[in-house]
Order: sequence, then C-alpha cells, then structure tokens
Amino acid sequence: MARRRTIVTDYLARVEGEGAMTVKLVGDKVEHVELRIFEPPRFFEAFLRGRSFLESPDITARICGICPVAYQTSAVNAMESLCGVEVPEPIRQLRRLLYFGEWIESHALHVYMLHAPDFLGYESAIELARDAPAAVERGLALKRTGNDVMTLVGGREIHPINVRVGGFYRTPSKRELRTLAAPLERALEAARETVRWTAGFEFPERTVECDLVALAQPDAYAIENGRIVSSGGLDLAPAEYEEHFEELHVERSNALQSQLRGGGTYLCGPLARYTLASDRLSPGAREAAAAAGLGSECRDPFRSIVVRSVELVHACEESLRLIEAYEEPDAPFVEVEPVAGTGYGVSEAPRGLLYHRYRIDAEGTILEAKIVPPTSQNQLAIEDDLRDVVTRNTSLDDDALRGLCEQTIRNYDPCISCATHFLELDVERK
Amino acid sequence: MKPTLAVWKFASCDGCQLTILDLEDDLLALTGAIEISDFREATSAVVEGPYDLSLVEGSITTPHDAERIQEIRRNSKALITIGACATSGGIQALRNFADVDEFTRVVYASPQYISTLATSTPISDHVSVDFELRGCPIDKRQLLELVSAFLIGRKPRIPTTSVCTECKRRGVVCVTVAHGTPCLGPVTQAGCGALCPAYNRGCFGCFGPMESPNTSSLIPLLRRLGRSDTDVERLFSTFNAGSEPFRKAAGHG
Ligand code: SF4
Ligand code: SF4
Repeated sequence: MARRRTIVTDYLARVEGEGAMTVKLVGDKVEHVELRIFEPPRFFEAFLRGRSFLESPDITARICGICPVAYQTSAVNAMESLCGVEVPEPIRQLRRLLYFGEWIESHALHVYMLHAPDFLGYESAIELARDAPAAVERGLALKRTGNDVMTLVGGREIHPINVRVGGFYRTPSKRELRTLAAPLERALEAARETVRWTAGFEFPERTVECDLVALAQPDAYAIENGRIVSSGGLDLAPAEYEEHFEELHVERSNALQSQLRGGGTYLCGPLARYTLASDRLSPGAREAAAAAGLGSECRDPFRSIVVRSVELVHACEESLRLIEAYEEPDAPFVEVEPVAGTGYGVSEAPRGLLYHRYRIDAEGTILEAKIVPPTSQNQLAIEDDLRDVVTRNTSLDDDALRGLCEQTIRNYDPCISCATHFLELDVERK
Repeated sequence: MKPTLAVWKFASCDGCQLTILDLEDDLLALTGAIEISDFREATSAVVEGPYDLSLVEGSITTPHDAERIQEIRRNSKALITIGACATSGGIQALRNFADVDEFTRVVYASPQYISTLATSTPISDHVSVDFELRGCPIDKRQLLELVSAFLIGRKPRIPTTSVCTECKRRGVVCVTVAHGTPCLGPVTQAGCGALCPAYNRGCFGCFGPMESPNTSSLIPLLRRLGRSDTDVERLFSTFNAGSEPFRKAAGHG
C-alpha cells in the first residue's frame, strides 16, 4: 500500500500576512495542494459604499502597508478616467517617482529580508546579518532610499498623505527633489551589486507555462498605468478586465482567486512584466540582466529574485532620470468634478497587476467597489507550481520538502494582507 | 540575558509592523539589544514564550483571535499595542455600525466559508494593555522611543497634546485659518509632527482622538467651512472610527 504522509506548517513566515498550506501525498502522488488564507476579512469593498470618491485613495491604501502607493494609484486612475480628467505630465511623472520609491522599498524588503535567507540557508535576514553584515546593510540602505523617495514625494513611507484624486496636495520644488539624487546614485550602485549577488545563488531549474499578464505602455516599462496585455495575446483597456478574468471563492479561504474566464491559470508580477517588456527596461537594467544571464524572458519563479533585483536597477535609474527632468507643475492638482458612472483603474504593484473598479453617483458617492489584488490573481499559479514542485521532489524528507514548498511560495512574494478580501503551510502525506 | 521581543498580528494591513523593519539603521542596533523571539513577517525562527515585551498590531475580528490574544497576554510581561487597528479597531471597525452579514455577502460569493465577528474591537477590550501607541501607521521615532524607554525601564516621552501644538512648534501656518481647509488637528493626538498641514492638507485624524478632545466646538467650525453633515460624519469615520470620541462625533452613538 502506498505510504500516506502529512507534513504541517501552520503559519508561513516571511510573507506579508497570515496564511497556511496543505499538501497531501499518497506515495509519490500529490493528492491535494491548497493555500489557505486565514488573514481575517476586513470588508473594504463593503464599507467603501457611501464614501466620497475622493476618499478612496486614503481608505484603500490601508488594505496593505507594503504597497499603499499601488492602491492609491489604481484608485486615482479609476476616478480620474471616469471623470474625464487627465493630469498634467509633471504630475504623472511625480506619481511614477513616488511609485518607484515603493518598488525600491518593497523589492529591497523582499529580496534581502524575506527571500535571500531561503537561498543562503538562514531563518531570517537578522541571522544572515551576523555572517554577511555588508549584504544586509546594503539591502537596508536600498530600502531606506525607497523610503526617502516616498517620504519626500508622499509625506511618509507607509500610507503617504500627499496623494489625491487630481494630483498631490503639495508638489516638491526642483531643489527638494535634487536632494534625492546622491542617495539614488548610491542606491543604483547597490542595486547593480544586488543583481550580481542574487545571480550567484543556486537555482533549481523551473519554468512555469501559464499565461503571463502585465500592464504595457508603448515606450516604457509600465508602472503607474497602462493597457493589460498577456503572453496569450490579450491587449485590453482596463475597462475590459472583467470580461476576460473572473474571481472564484474557494472554501476555507478568506481570499478570492482569479482565473481567466472559462478556466486558465495566469501569473502577474515581476516574471510577467520582465517577459512581456524586458526591452523597455532602462539601459542599465538591461545591461545588468544580460550580465546576470537572464535572456529576454524569464519564466523561472526561483529566479524572480534576480528579476526583482533587475527591477531595482530600473527603478533607481528611472527615478534619477525623472528627478533630472522634473519641472514644477503650475498647480499641485487639478480639480476633479464627479461624474456618475463606472471607473476602472489599474497599476503595477510590486507584486503585479492591481485592478480597481468603482461605480459612483453624480455627487461622487461610491455605490459599488471592486478590488482585485495581485496575490489573488497569482494564487492558482502558485498552487499549480507547488503541485509540480512537490511531484518532482517526493523523495525529499518532510523537513526538506516543507522548506522547498515554503520557498516556492515565497518566490511569488505573496501579500496575504492584500489577498484577503492569504498562508499556514501544512504538508500532509498519507 | 537580552530581553525578548515578540510581534503579533491581528486584523491589519501589516503597515505598523513594517515600521519596525523601516527602522533600518536602528534595526540592527535594536536587534543587538533585544532578542527577537517571534516575528513571523521577518523570520521563521520561533522561540517559546514568555516574552518580556509583546508588540501587538491589528484588531480582534474573529472568535479564534479573541482567544489568541488571551494566550499572548498570559505569555507577555509587557504588552504594547501598535497603531490604530490595535488601539481603536481600525478602519475595519466601520462594520460595527453596519450589518456584517450584508458586508460578507457583498465581498464573498460563498459567505458560509467566512468566520468573522460582527465587530472589530481594540486589544484593550479583551486584555489589559500597558501602552497604546497611536497612528495609522505608527511613527517610527515614537516606536524607537517607546522600545528604548521600555529597555531602560523609564517612562516613554509620548505627548498626548493635539496636532495643533506640533504645527506651532514646526512653524506650519494653520491650514484652517490661512486657507479655510477643514482640519481635525485640534482634536487629534500629536505624534506625526503635523505632517498633513505641512503638505497643505487638513489633518484627517489618523492618530486618533487626543485626551478630552473638544469635538463639539470643532463640528460647528467644520460646518461653517462649508462641510455637510455627511462630510463631518465621513471625516470622523476613518481609521479611528471605533474610538469613543470620534464615534460620537460621527453620530454613531
Ligand atoms: S493602524 Fe493603519 S497602518 Fe497600522 S496596521 Fe492598522 S491599517 Fe495598517
Ligand atoms: S496630520 Fe493628522 S492625518 Fe495627517 S499624519 Fe498627522 S495625525 Fe495623521
């Protein structure tokens, strides 16, 4: 009779939020793989109803302390497109700069504090710091620079207070922004070093075959807005998203899972962005990627740490360019008058596509809200990958297998706080 | 032996515990002085309690969490709540004034899979709390001051005055007087350094009510500045909606 095994991890560490995983094995056969999200629901979409359309950026920011700018940006995009407002170019560029600050902060956090310990055999970056203080200090310095960008442009690094529908409350002077140039130059060097460092880790060979979905802009590596494109050939306006993607509610999870309508797993985030648009990265990022041995595409979840590092180079280089080119706008914001109807907003959170939809009335009161965070979209892809990784590694003992499963999950940098509207690791062998 | 620190999460956005990682330069110094025993966001290492200091983020929203906080209290010498969620219930406390079953149906296709309480309540509703640090999110300088004070065993220097006093100290002109901008600064506890007014924005109360806030004289002022009853209700109904003074000011009784 086939041996039935059960391996349990109740609470996944080094991910954002609370979640668990169950893997059931009968002999060498994987019977069941499940990610469970027990982060308690907070009901944002319910209590947004009745609020002003102007409150949405501040309220939705509180869904996630790691990517508040993503929430603020998708929210302002939805409201502005509905109300027929296009913000002036300097304001759009400042939004990009603020968003790059969040990418730098979030990627540095994930690469150094959450993910690198897996590759190097440590339980935490704090432990890693005892043996490799220079690396951890480099990561913290990068992270601090991301925070400095967010603090200057957004007022503070967590839940910035300076973002509003129509622009900003106060825009920085050219001189103020210039103070970021020297730290960003150092961060750029640290980011290049990060690519060299992570490219030297050992990687098991993996490829994921699912569809990849990311935002695209014709002449830029999209971050603050764009059209939704996929490796399967989709090219959609934000308003068309729900015609092609749907959310499912599975038992024992406080998160909803997305799939392509009619079935089909897809992945968004760094691998999708890189594979679909590596030609639009900054010159320094393309150079670093080539030196690290990444081709023009990367479908290897373990190497997502290298892709995040390449995106760090991109974010630093682009931020420097934005600061150099910045011209103060005539006014910090444009007045936005509410228009009854439905607005759609998208942007590229550090973990991938973040979709917002709002229906508002003529007074600007929100009647309905829908938010689809990247981790809900990636959950099925993570489960598929996990099933495959376990299938290929059933000869490992329980501890080693659990470690590999956890690392597989962390490859996706899941943000469980976001997905609860996500993880406990519970590998059950029968 | 170094004092032991644990960080716990309940219903929240992770922003307040991220503030600990945002201490950056001071983080490695802090980990030199303190043994981090349980901090799932940062480490997979777990040391069993009891803990000298527990930092608690998030509010109580499930029957399971209501039990978990009891156990954490039993295993902690000192317990400090960090942020608006843990201190007043957070923005998710807006369910307290609504029908949570209806909320569940709006968000989830299969409400029967969801286990949640009808209310989001602060930690102090469940166990005794040694200090409540305000903010959505908390301020990292205040956090460092609090943890340092705890390490030395002195009283933390955390002001309980209003945001107005910080505007004066910082030399920020009053946004209400200068631009007629509605501002909750007069009734909101200091700690952020008058951030919003420094960005030409009225305070929206993310640090929660100060000690004995005079909301009853602020509300008529807000009305004179052209705010409707609905605007006033919304202004008080955000991240500290569950605190008594803001709840009353919003007309939630
Ligand atoms: S108080 Fe605000 S920043 Fe802190 S955990 Fe709650 S929502 Fe996040
Ligand atoms: S001014 Fe008010 S809303 Fe703004 S950061 Fe300070 S306490 Fe929070």
